[in-house]
Amino acid sequence: MTADLPPGIERRRFDGRERFATRGEPVYGEPQDDAGWRAWDAGRSKLGAVLELGMDPGFDGEDSVLYLGAASGTTVSHVADFAGPTYAVEFAPRPTRDLLGVADSRPNLFPLLKDARAPETYAHVVEAGLDYLVQDVATRGQATVALRNRRFLAPDGRLVAAVKARSEDVLTDPDDVFADVLDELREGYAIVETRRLDRFHDDHLAVVAEPQAGGDP
Amino acid sequence: MTGHNPGDSGWFRHGDPHDAESAATAIRERTAEQPQNWPAEAVRAGFVENENEYYDTLYHATVHATRAAVQARETATERQLQYSIAAMDDAERTANEIAERVAEWAGSLADGRADGDRASDLPGGIDGARAVAAWTPETPAEERVVSLAERAADLDAERAELRSFVESQAPAVAPNLAEMAGPVLAARLLSLAGGLESLAKKPAGTVQVLGAEDALFAHLRGRGPSPKHGAIFTHEHVRGTHPENRGSAARALAGKLAIAARIDHYAGDFRQSVHDDLADRMAVIRAREVGE
Ligand SMILES: C[S@@+](CC[C@H](N)C(=O)[O-])C[C@H]1O[C@@H](n2cnc3c(N)ncnc32)[C@H](O)[C@@H]1O
Repeated sequence: MTADLPPGIERRRFDGRERFATRGEPVYGEPQDDAGWRAWDAGRSKLGAVLELGMDPGFDGEDSVLYLGAASGTTVSHVADFAGPTYAVEFAPRPTRDLLGVADSRPNLFPLLKDARAPETYAHVVEAGLDYLVQDVATRGQATVALRNRRFLAPDGRLVAAVKARSEDVLTDPDDVFADVLDELREGYAIVETRRLDRFHDDHLAVVAEPQAGGDP
Repeated sequence: MTGHNPGDSGWFRHGDPHDAESAATAIRERTAEQPQNWPAEAVRAGFVENENEYYDTLYHATVHATRAAVQARETATERQLQYSIAAMDDAERTANEIAERVAEWAGSLADGRADGDRASDLPGGIDGARAVAAWTPETPAEERVVSLAERAADLDAERAELRSFVESQAPAVAPNLAEMAGPVLAARLLSLAGGLESLAKKPAGTVQVLGAEDALFAHLRGRGPSPKHGAIFTHEHVRGTHPENRGSAARALAGKLAIAARIDHYAGDFRQSVHDDLADRMAVIRAREVGE
């Protein structure tokens, strides 16, 4: 059931419990073992929860990544630990300050204070043909953001998105919200796998998808 | 392919990409419709020898650009906060001034009448203006005073809106200061100091008397006592402390506010410890015996 792990991600024991871990400077008070592996907290990271729940995004350890909604860098720090070039987009200035701190010890992490709804404001910096688009923006229009940023993905690249129901609509049933989001995503992606993250994150759906030929929205 | 469309060229094609300032400006301000294989492109253009060197340069450029962009955005938000608190004060002062005029004027009109929608003894301040705004005017003079009363009530509503705006923005600009001082006093201190950076550079003694400049200058010229507190007087820690201990309370609060401002400016994260420290210190001060 567990994913085929790339070299930069391992299952390690922390306080008697096996957890996913990457190697790098600690960021958010997570435990670190003597070999420098830091536990990846699935309760604080949606991508961590994706792995913990046995979904396999298919990382190979050299991946190039565009991460949207990097916030203070909790999750993208782990991504930069195991992946190659990692572009991190966040539009709120305060968490971006923390993100800069996270980038201090990670020369492959490129922080950008940009709005993910406006990819043309960073398409002169972020390269094309990326392996992964990881998205956790928790804002209205999550499908639109994924569609607009499809231009950065290689044809065989993948979208890994955490969709938060309440960001789209607080009143509608999450299942209906997810159905709408997936419908919209299908305008530019083929859905590979979806999974509710509720065990770790209430009313969140994880989506793995592949870009599909067709007009860029 | 690229290079023909200047809108779609990489960040390193603008200005001197090896100069940190110029690269940061290109990253912040340029745009492109479509991304390209920029690392390969940069090598081809002779900007770098190889992809490793490209990523190295990109790293320094993005970190530099993003640090500058964060700084600029925060300064802009701070300025909005300063305008908002100034406008809030304007709205309050003006609303009260007009309400006073309304009370005086309406009082003269209400004299001897206690009919229908108007009570003969009006409440003071904005409440009075609101009561008058509900009148049905019967004479040209009443029309004017009712209309004026409506303006006062509206201005007061705007003051309340401005206050909620300040309350929502201050924690984003200065989380520790807003937590400690309350968002409105935090905004006031920022405004009095001329921004977070200058507040962070002020010694505690200056923070203590910010907003009491007139009294301070009078004191320095040998007229009047040295002020014990300025804007921070409105804080419960000062106002709610027995007058005998107010000086200590103001000093303790100002000391921690100065630290909070420094954390907000230099680090930016929320630190519970500084708030706990102040709570402990205040408990000690308030436990002191007072004469009487
Ligand atoms: C749930 S948080 C992300 C947490 C982060 N991914 C982690 O696990 O460490 C969502 C973030 O997306 C950011 N965000 C929302 N809309 C955005 C947009 N249009 N562009 C860039 N960032 C955005 C928010 O400011 C917030 O920091």
